[in-house]
Amino acid sequence: MRPVHLPSYSRSLHPGAWWVWALGLAAAASRTTNPVILLLVLAVSGLVVAARRTDAPWANAYAAFLKLGLIVIAIRVVLQALLSDSAQGVTVLFTLPELPLPESFAGISLGGMVTAEAVLRAFYDGLQLATILCCIGAANALASARRLLRCMPGALYEVAVATVVALTFAPQLVSDASRVRAAHRLRGHEGIRLRSLGRTAMPVLEGALERSVELAAAMDSRGYGRTTDTSRASRRTTVALVFGGLLGICVGVYGLLDNSASALLGLPSLLVGALLATLGLAVGGRRTRRTRYRPDPWALPEWVVAGSGAATAAALFYTGAADPAALRLPSPLTVPPVPVIATVGVLLALLPACVSPQPSAKAPEVIA
Amino acid sequence: MIDFDRVGVTYSGALAPVLDDVTLHIAEGELCLVIGRTGSGKSTLLRAINGLVPHFTGGRLTGRVVVDGRDTRTHRPRDLADVVGVVGQDPPAGFVTDVVEDELAYGMESLGLPHDVMRKRVEETLDVLGLSAVRQRPLAALSGGEQQRVAIGSVLTTHPRVLVLDEPTSALDPQAAEEVLATLTRLVHDLGLTVVLAEHRLERVVQYADRIVLVPGDGEPVVAGTTEEVMATSPLAPPVVELGRLAGWSPLPLSVRDARRRASVLRERLVPHRPTQKAAAATSGTPLAQLRAVVVSYRGIAALRGVDLTLRAGEVVALMGRNGAGKSTLLSALVGLVTPASGRITVGGQVPADTGVRTLMRSVGLVPQEPGDLLYADSVAAECRLADEDAGVPSGNCRALFERLAPAVPDDRHPRDLSEGQRLTLALAIVLTARPSLILLDEPTRGLDYGAKRRLISALRSLAAEGLGVFLATHDVELVAEVSNRVVVLGDGEIVADGATADVVVASPAFAPQVAKVLAPQRWLTVADVATALETAS
Repeated sequence: MRPVHLPSYSRSLHPGAWWVWALGLAAAASRTTNPVILLLVLAVSGLVVAARRTDAPWANAYAAFLKLGLIVIAIRVVLQALLSDSAQGVTVLFTLPELPLPESFAGISLGGMVTAEAVLRAFYDGLQLATILCCIGAANALASARRLLRCMPGALYEVAVATVVALTFAPQLVSDASRVRAAHRLRGHEGIRLRSLGRTAMPVLEGALERSVELAAAMDSRGYGRTTDTSRASRRTTVALVFGGLLGICVGVYGLLDNSASALLGLPSLLVGALLATLGLAVGGRRTRRTRYRPDPWALPEWVVAGSGAATAAALFYTGAADPAALRLPSPLTVPPVPVIATVGVLLALLPACVSPQPSAKAPEVIA
Repeated sequence: MIDFDRVGVTYSGALAPVLDDVTLHIAEGELCLVIGRTGSGKSTLLRAINGLVPHFTGGRLTGRVVVDGRDTRTHRPRDLADVVGVVGQDPPAGFVTDVVEDELAYGMESLGLPHDVMRKRVEETLDVLGLSAVRQRPLAALSGGEQQRVAIGSVLTTHPRVLVLDEPTSALDPQAAEEVLATLTRLVHDLGLTVVLAEHRLERVVQYADRIVLVPGDGEPVVAGTTEEVMATSPLAPPVVELGRLAGWSPLPLSVRDARRRASVLRERLVPHRPTQKAAAATSGTPLAQLRAVVVSYRGIAALRGVDLTLRAGEVVALMGRNGAGKSTLLSALVGLVTPASGRITVGGQVPADTGVRTLMRSVGLVPQEPGDLLYADSVAAECRLADEDAGVPSGNCRALFERLAPAVPDDRHPRDLSEGQRLTLALAIVLTARPSLILLDEPTRGLDYGAKRRLISALRSLAAEGLGVFLATHDVELVAEVSNRVVVLGDGEIVADGATADVVVASPAFAPQVAKVLAPQRWLTVADVATALETAS
């Protein structure tokens, strides 16, 4: 067996594997508002991040997304408490002073009775959204979006470069703007006014434009675009196939995730879309002779990690079909059940914490 | 290796050609230095080597440029990527990826080189440039010198025969500049690479050059020759060459070592003389700004650790130290852009962080590192009018100041089209419009040519003579020798030296100007000082 297949061989995992794993967890979370399952997903993703994150700057993404999730929950609960009415439940927690609203706002009441059902429902819904956010955060922490872009197939190379450049420019624009703002302060301007906004924008945009021209010159002199021989027709075919395929995939995913959509929208259009996209990438990939430096291998650990995420999603989809009441509680006040298959499925996603290789980029620890 | 045959370049819309009838031959394995003032066409000459001029910039090229047998008329820059490697002025602006290793591999990926070749070349390049310790590091987290070396490495991996660099050390502190130049000379000597570089800081590079191309600009013919030939007559020369001319040494010394070996006679002649002391005003002036035990920290990391400093009227104080030593932080704290965590700063009797900017700008003004940040109008005249409004002074004030510092700049010129030196001067005039008693400058000579630097020096001297305090953060040791009467050295957020210029710089290996190194242990700092002494003697 080659060393890349061994989990003990220290290397960084293919970013695609982490993203499949995280998206599998996110898809699983999207199927349920059962707090037991959601908290389990949160715990699993947090554990895996803790076990396999590096000290790279993006590795803090999980904490950032977790904070964002907490804010989402808080907003949902507070708004629901303010806007709740007796129709949502009978267990009154407390009563807020009611604000009279004009006629045109009929049907909405501000304040009044706050029921346990309403608050708990809002909490579960918020928890679902927060869990999905945390799954995305986990993917970002384990494999930066840029590394994922590096793995884009050759046909999408131009798009990937444009995205990477944009990702570099966005933080640069922010730091430029703050530098120019500081400089304007030196000229006696304070606060944000419309006029000063224009004054800040001018030098910042000029700087950005100059930098892009500079970058284009650098890329040109380093051979960018030298190996592509494109006929207009082949480029158009690629674009049409890829975008048609992506559209199909989007429709398919929507069909699968939305319970109310017709069955025809789901799996078939996903498959057709995937086929079209693959075809487009293959056609487009032929036209470039670009090579790739140290491509991340896709070996056994990648299959296990991606597979564990997919298994979790599959377990939740199965439970959703076989026992819908276990995932969508009929009343928020009931004690949430613990569906066996779904729980085992989520716990499967814990596998990467032990079977994925240790990232090698970790800085040597200082011995105190 | 590189042949220019009657080359002329005219940009579209321009009245006169930038380059006209240039014929040059640069042989294989040479280190060729291109000098000239800003706007003279140096960058155009460099960019013509790999065809960026005219393929990328537009304009019209007459004559022929042939590099390693390839004519740039029929080869686009990308077709020359395996022959010519180009490193721009601002390395981060040319980075395409975000990790050192990927950046090194980028050019090879574009050329479609096989995987095993790429692996080998990346490893070799990491070793040649001493980058193996940072191979996995994000590019944004590197120091200036490391970024410059990555930029060089990223074009070396395609194994070009020619390396073209536009001002590779202008943004670097002296130590990092040494690092980069040492790398370049090693490439020339060990790998036989042909290197063409443009540089304003001649004192750093002249000694390494085999050949110099002087681009005078304004339609004057380009002069090319060996370093000694061109330096004998060049209007642009480093202090060591000027000293050689003054003392009548032949052949001219190009390095401190050459000069020192010939300087024994000159040193003896200078023994009875003492350099004129500029420090006379230093301790007598009224204090303009005072710092007491100032601590500033960013995200828990201390940038300044207990700084005590007094700045007085009529003195020019230079603030030195490597990048990241806290120089910019100190300047920002003086104008209230950052608030100290502890300690006390007073400027003109006020605490900067608690004072409104409109009041503060009457006691202290800062010219930032990018003077363009201060400018936003579309013409010089409009810029000056706005400055008068901002400062609440009668109109015409700022324009008059600018006229005094940089004569005869047309009113309708766009600030972006000004030369580097004019833009700096305009920013200085704007700051001066509010009549502050203390002027701060951050890295003012970055990108300035010798002429612009000389004008800046005389402007700063006359401001100090009028009783203003001048405080400048800089890496430029020659500027410090010329203009300052006191030097403060920051190291790791603490003041490690503070005293008269000669006391601080003469013995320092990093901060001593060339003249001081040649004439040590005597305390001469500039060629002008030596010239005055010799005149009084004869």
